[in-house]
Amino acid sequence: MNRLPKSPDLSREAGTPKIRLRGLCKGFGPKRVLDGVDLDVAQGESVVVIGGSGTGKSVLLKCIIGLMRPDAGSVEVDGVEVSGLRGAALDDVRRKFGMLFQGAALFDSLPVWENVAFGLIEGRGMARTEARESALRDLARVGLDEDVAGLSPAELSGGMKKRVGLARAIATKPEILFFDEPTTGLDPIMSDVINDLIVKCTRELGATAVSITHDMASARKIADRVAMLHGGRIVWQGPVADIDRSGSDFVEQFIHGRANGPIHVEAAAR
Amino acid sequence: MVEAAAAFLAAIGRTTLNFFAVAGRLTTFAGRSIAASVRPPFYPRLIAAQMVQIGYFSLPVVGLTALFTGMVLALQIFLGSARFNAESAVASIVVIGITRELGPVIAGLMVAGRVGAAIAAEIGTMRVTEQIDALETLSTDPFRYLVAPRLLAAAVTLPVLVLIGDLVGVFGAYLVGVYKLGFSPATYIQNTMDFLETIDVVSGLVKASVFGFLIALMGCYHGYYSRGGAQGVGAATTLAVVSASILLLSADYVMTELFFVQ
Ligand SMILES: Nc1ncnc2c1ncn2[C@@H]1O[C@H](COP(=O)(O)OP(=O)(O)OP(=O)(O)O)[C@@H](O)[C@H]1O
Ligand SMILES: [Mg+2]
Repeated sequence: MNRLPKSPDLSREAGTPKIRLRGLCKGFGPKRVLDGVDLDVAQGESVVVIGGSGTGKSVLLKCIIGLMRPDAGSVEVDGVEVSGLRGAALDDVRRKFGMLFQGAALFDSLPVWENVAFGLIEGRGMARTEARESALRDLARVGLDEDVAGLSPAELSGGMKKRVGLARAIATKPEILFFDEPTTGLDPIMSDVINDLIVKCTRELGATAVSITHDMASARKIADRVAMLHGGRIVWQGPVADIDRSGSDFVEQFIHGRANGPIHVEAAAR
Repeated sequence: MVEAAAAFLAAIGRTTLNFFAVAGRLTTFAGRSIAASVRPPFYPRLIAAQMVQIGYFSLPVVGLTALFTGMVLALQIFLGSARFNAESAVASIVVIGITRELGPVIAGLMVAGRVGAAIAAEIGTMRVTEQIDALETLSTDPFRYLVAPRLLAAAVTLPVLVLIGDLVGVFGAYLVGVYKLGFSPATYIQNTMDFLETIDVVSGLVKASVFGFLIALMGCYHGYYSRGGAQGVGAATTLAVVSASILLLSADYVMTELFFVQ
């Protein structure tokens, strides 16, 4: 299963991608959500996946991180096939990842600081006092002070939850960060704050990032490269600078938010 | 005609397949839960917290139901045994009935309603809000972190609850016996103790432990597999209570045979 790179030097330079997806398929019952997704994400790169609601963006991330089992296709992380891993092997791969969930998914039985420190305490076995210190630093990074640390997640606003989720995702200093709609439902200023935080945090960690968003301003800010998911496949990908001259009708329609175009036609035809 | 028969058979087949699918999933779930409960890492803080939730906060419910059960049992057995002049056996029958059967079963059913529902609702909410996914991405096994502490806490605290319930129930019967039915206190206590055997109490406590396990297992199982938002969590809660109650009563019969029928 472990397809080892022929030479370790080659793997970094000439490019074993950090994440490599080939023919990834996932369906629920009769519904095909992902239908052969191919995508490479290079080491240290920030890729933004755009696409309409319900096109399977969240499912894509969950298949990569092993929360859902793909029906077919391969997921390689650092050149190693990870789909189908279980138990300790899966845990080892997951340690490379940090994820901000679409709904933040904070543990509501724990105070904010324990949410942030969770991966350190439970995943890495760090002592609680030390983990608390570390969590407070991460909270400070996302602009939350010590007063917030003792609150319960239910006492936070939506924007604060996203920031705590972000702090939790970066707390274990992962190599790969996933952000599922980090700015959805936030006011434009808070969105920009979160975007800045994402850029800052991934830079500081030197992490590889995959983000999902509907928000083009956000995509332009955090992406090196943009990939558009539609109909279960990546229909366009390219550098963020090219997005305005993508030559793809899907992308054109999406970034300009037009009701008319290939995406609407297909939705109506179904 | 043939089509109708085929449709009928298909329906039976589907139901059967569904049944085996659920049975298989439940068995796997139970296996993983038990494995997580007996192998480290353990979470003593979580187990302690659950023991308080499951045990301590169930005391009022279990105590009150046990009290009234004991009282009504004394009254009924007295009235019933008066038909064949066996009133003097009231105390002995009551204590055997409570320790062997009514103590564990009534406490079990009350806890199934209180705790089984709460566990299903909590874990179900964690499922639909992706908290369980988040746990996994943080390298924490939900079976160890969520399921095992609840199973262990329930299996350990239910016997304690039942022991307390037994005492309260017998006390309730004593009150009725002495103040209503005119037994002398000394005679009543004497009768209670004379025919009581260790196995009566022990079998009840073993049952209680199994009931605790089943209640927590059903709560966790239905919560873990709940889907579809608040409605799904509501359905999971109902299913947890209903299935725990049914399993509990059938396990009760099986264990009674194992204990007392040679
Ligand atoms: N656990 C599941 N069971 C069944 N269907 C699912 C499940 N998860 C997702 N789906 C279906 O898969 C499709 C894609 O869902 P997904 O959450 O990935 O969409 P998305 O692209 O993230 O949309 P949004 O931008 O609204 O978050 C949806 O049609 C959804 O109904
Ligand atoms: Mg999504």
